[in-house]
Amino acid sequence: MSLTDRLDVRPGESAHLVLRRATVLDPVAGIDSVHDVVVRDGEIAALAAPGEADADGAEVVEAEGLHAFPAFFDPHVHLRTPGQEHKEDVETGTRAAAAGGYCGVIAMANTSPPVSTAADVSALREMARAGASVPVGFLATVTKGMEGHELTEMVELREAGALGFSDDGLPIVDAGVMRRALQYQHLCGGNIALHEEDPALSRDGAMHEGPVSAALGLAGIPSVSESTMVARDAALAGYESARIHVQHLSAAESVEVVRGAKAAGVRISAEASPHHLCLTDEAARSLDPQRAKMNPPLRGERDRQALTEGLRDGTIECVATDHAPHQPEEKDVPFEQAAMGVTGLETAFAALHTELVLPGVIDLGLLVERMAGGAEPFDLERPSVAPGAEANVVLCDLDAEWTVGEDGYESRSANSWCAGQKLTGRVLMTVAAGQVAFRLRSFSLGVAA
Amino acid sequence: MKHLLSIEQLSRAEIEGILDRAESFAEVGRRDIKKVPTLRGRTVVSLFYESSTRTSSSFDLAAKRLSADLVSVKAAGSSVEKGESLKDTVATLSAYDPAAIVIRHPHAGAAQMVAGWTTAAVVNAGDGKHEHPSQALLDVYTLRRRLGSLEGIRIWIVGDVLHSRVARSNLIAFTRMGAEVTVCGPPTLIPRGIEELGCEVSYGLDGIEEAEVVYALRMQKERMSESFVPSLREYAASFQIDSRRLSPRQLLMHPGPVNRGVELSGEAIDSPQSLITEQVAAGLVVRMAILYELLAGAEGAPSGEGEGSRPTPIGTPA
Repeated sequence: MSLTDRLDVRPGESAHLVLRRATVLDPVAGIDSVHDVVVRDGEIAALAAPGEADADGAEVVEAEGLHAFPAFFDPHVHLRTPGQEHKEDVETGTRAAAAGGYCGVIAMANTSPPVSTAADVSALREMARAGASVPVGFLATVTKGMEGHELTEMVELREAGALGFSDDGLPIVDAGVMRRALQYQHLCGGNIALHEEDPALSRDGAMHEGPVSAALGLAGIPSVSESTMVARDAALAGYESARIHVQHLSAAESVEVVRGAKAAGVRISAEASPHHLCLTDEAARSLDPQRAKMNPPLRGERDRQALTEGLRDGTIECVATDHAPHQPEEKDVPFEQAAMGVTGLETAFAALHTELVLPGVIDLGLLVERMAGGAEPFDLERPSVAPGAEANVVLCDLDAEWTVGEDGYESRSANSWCAGQKLTGRVLMTVAAGQVAFRLRSFSLGVAA
Repeated sequence: MKHLLSIEQLSRAEIEGILDRAESFAEVGRRDIKKVPTLRGRTVVSLFYESSTRTSSSFDLAAKRLSADLVSVKAAGSSVEKGESLKDTVATLSAYDPAAIVIRHPHAGAAQMVAGWTTAAVVNAGDGKHEHPSQALLDVYTLRRRLGSLEGIRIWIVGDVLHSRVARSNLIAFTRMGAEVTVCGPPTLIPRGIEELGCEVSYGLDGIEEAEVVYALRMQKERMSESFVPSLREYAASFQIDSRRLSPRQLLMHPGPVNRGVELSGEAIDSPQSLITEQVAAGLVVRMAILYELLAGAEGAPSGEGEGSRPTPIGTPA
């Protein structure tokens, strides 16, 4: 099975590579040892003994001391097309994904106009076949125009290739509409990804409600604005035997609800973003919108710890960046006026490696597992480096230090939450669906490593 | 001190330095010719994105009394109405090479952002619901003149704390000067977590008799429509400071403008305990002191200003 069975990518040449003496780590496949990784005809052809693989015309990459993981999969990115191509498009967004080590991404439907018709989906898939560096899947909106009232033609959207559904950016406020969508899922299939927020509680909030918002005089977004909606939808999904994916968990209470729902047998999956795992609302004290303005907001330290615990025990199966490109004029304004969202594709692995793995909060294997955990909730096969699997591999130098943004970004936007930060661990090369999707320039020139 | 962006940034010594300077300017205000040449030849831009009477007029007058050239820009009637961004407006005004920009803006952090875009000294004249440092300084100045020191003084700040930048700046300034602060108001108008700024929280006026100073906040009428309080009548019944609730030994303050009959009764406003007009007078000398500290205090006054009566610096210049 290939990611491209369901996702779209620009067709290209199959990679023929030998990653010589790479440290291969794929916890789900039970692989943790040094191998020559042979990539041929779109597959992991072999994991040979170190130094033993025959080059056989392949490009040989000296990978001693480097790590090869299953490439990452991001179920939550904003490619901004159609309508906001000044921020990002399929080409730049997937280049950013490839640079971050991703072999696939799922694009949200809150474009302008939103992706609500079969024609919208077909046009986007065409765009991906023309210019995507890594396979892309597209969600369609749950409700027409994301207005929250009427369901989209979900069967036709699925037939056109919509991977699933989401009104991300907005919650589905009307519980009755939510329930109908879950009932209808039994007909059309496809997971429903949910941005959980009760706008009656979040109102015009600009950051997490707590001592920091009290000190800054910013209207707060309370944790319960998220957790009460997660609880509502978990209950509805359980009642309708339907399946939901909860996006960007931020609050400890929400993690608790998801954990309880899973224990009760509800078909629910969840994601957390690197910025929620690395930062707290203390970052908002800077009043710097680029670093700290997003929705859901950065929450307290207790919440951050609950998210890492959720990653550890599997309550949260995947890391998702919620890559949200914005242009400087939307961020160079006072905090309350600034656009919500930060970019994350190019820095996710390095940031989490630096902030969680190196200090010993979680181990490397768990991070690798969660970075690729976003495929299965959307009925896609988890990327793997086991022999015979489709070649979705990322080669990383875990010792490389770099400063975010020093060489610019592949993304069209520069609103990285960790711009200017020094990170440890760098993606050198990405193979996605059998094709080389990215090489770090200095690495291919033999400067690094 | 390069900018005055918040009270949070100031140490007790820095606050005292500014207040000492303000004392020296009070003497200038008693002269026939109330002008000193300190900032002659320097430009002060006052940029107001919100309506204001006290803050804007006192900063303007402060700049003039220091002999600065003043450019006042109000958002209404300027290019802001044509959609010019704050950043572009600041770049435009910075082309005049001002020594200082005084900014009032409806959003938190605006002054701090402006400080990143200009070489001028930036004075925060109120940013959203965040801070209003010159108000806090003038309030501390007023109290210090009356009481000598704020050490151990109990101050109750009463009213809509949630939406008040004055409450935040004053809470920080008062506690930094050694006072014990209680914030008081209906639970819907007290921000969650405010006690971490080092104050007590009370949801009713019980216990206010222990305070030496009662600081009432403006209650905005639009709060009713958002269900923060059921009615002005109920608010006034529970929280209005009137002569019955105010004991003769207590001092009363308010940042203005007052809603007579809402947060304060008319008789309380006009009582001898009320410091409200003293606060306004203090606003002028404190804002002169702020401009002086930023423009003449730190980098030294421009040379060659021998004539005229420059105030004798008191206390330690920053």
